[in-house]
Amino acid sequence: MADRSTFAEQAMVFAPQLYSVALRMTRNPADAEDLLQETFLRGYRGFEGFTQGTNLRAWLFRILTNTFINSYRAKQRRPLERDLADVEDLYLYRRLGSLEELRASRSAEDQLFDMFTDDEVKQALEDLPEIFRLPILLADVEGFAYKEIAEILDIPIGTVMSRLHRGRKALHKALFDFAHARGLVGAGDSSTATSTSTSSTTPTDRDDA
Amino acid sequence: MPDCDDTLRELQTFLDGELSDDAVGTMQAHLDGCPDCLQAFDFHAELRSVIAAKCHDALPPGLLARLEQCLQADIDGDGRIG
Repeated sequence: MADRSTFAEQAMVFAPQLYSVALRMTRNPADAEDLLQETFLRGYRGFEGFTQGTNLRAWLFRILTNTFINSYRAKQRRPLERDLADVEDLYLYRRLGSLEELRASRSAEDQLFDMFTDDEVKQALEDLPEIFRLPILLADVEGFAYKEIAEILDIPIGTVMSRLHRGRKALHKALFDFAHARGLVGAGDSSTATSTSTSSTTPTDRDDA
Repeated sequence: MPDCDDTLRELQTFLDGELSDDAVGTMQAHLDGCPDCLQAFDFHAELRSVIAAKCHDALPPGLLARLEQCLQADIDGDGRIG
């Protein structure tokens, strides 16, 4: 059982990462700040239910996620799973990985870093339907393990994996479209953008689990 | 020895740190001998770090203080404001 008087000193260090994710969830700073305040209040009130020595960061992200789903999702008025781009595996790599600039450079990371603006990456994430956006934020941005994500979102690990798989493909497609729109990659490359992969590498979607 | 298709299929799981030790060893052995797969691996590792680096936002000024005030408003420590 955790002592509530120590909550602030233990939890406040996670505020920046919780805020960034709150912003991707709500898509606007005012709601993100409200969501963060509510998360901290709920965490504070429920801190006696937290077991010291377990993962406080995951515990806070679970509260953030639950608060978002219960209080803010209704305001979003967006379908949960809408028009998710379905492209073949390695879609972005097949189009960008062979670019001369990337191949020639010893620092592909710098090249990739310069290829997308911060706003484009944020937009690409925020445009993902929520059921894909949340696992990707937790995995790719916050580095949580599948098991932790399953617990935070209260879904089976198989569902985490299939949503990451499908969500990342859609994310990569969105990033490609930004690069294409800015003239950084050739127009012809996008012709297959809407085709669905015929390969069998897509894990069975277990969202109904 | 896994072929390139096997390796690429497991690439994201590998980057997620979710492969078993055995599978990691097998994959690393393949990557050591396959420049094409290694390049795909590098691309995705770098893409992931670029995505993570580009979507962190600074806390708005004063938000930390507002959060702490919010908690300090619980004067008697019963978990409720006041």
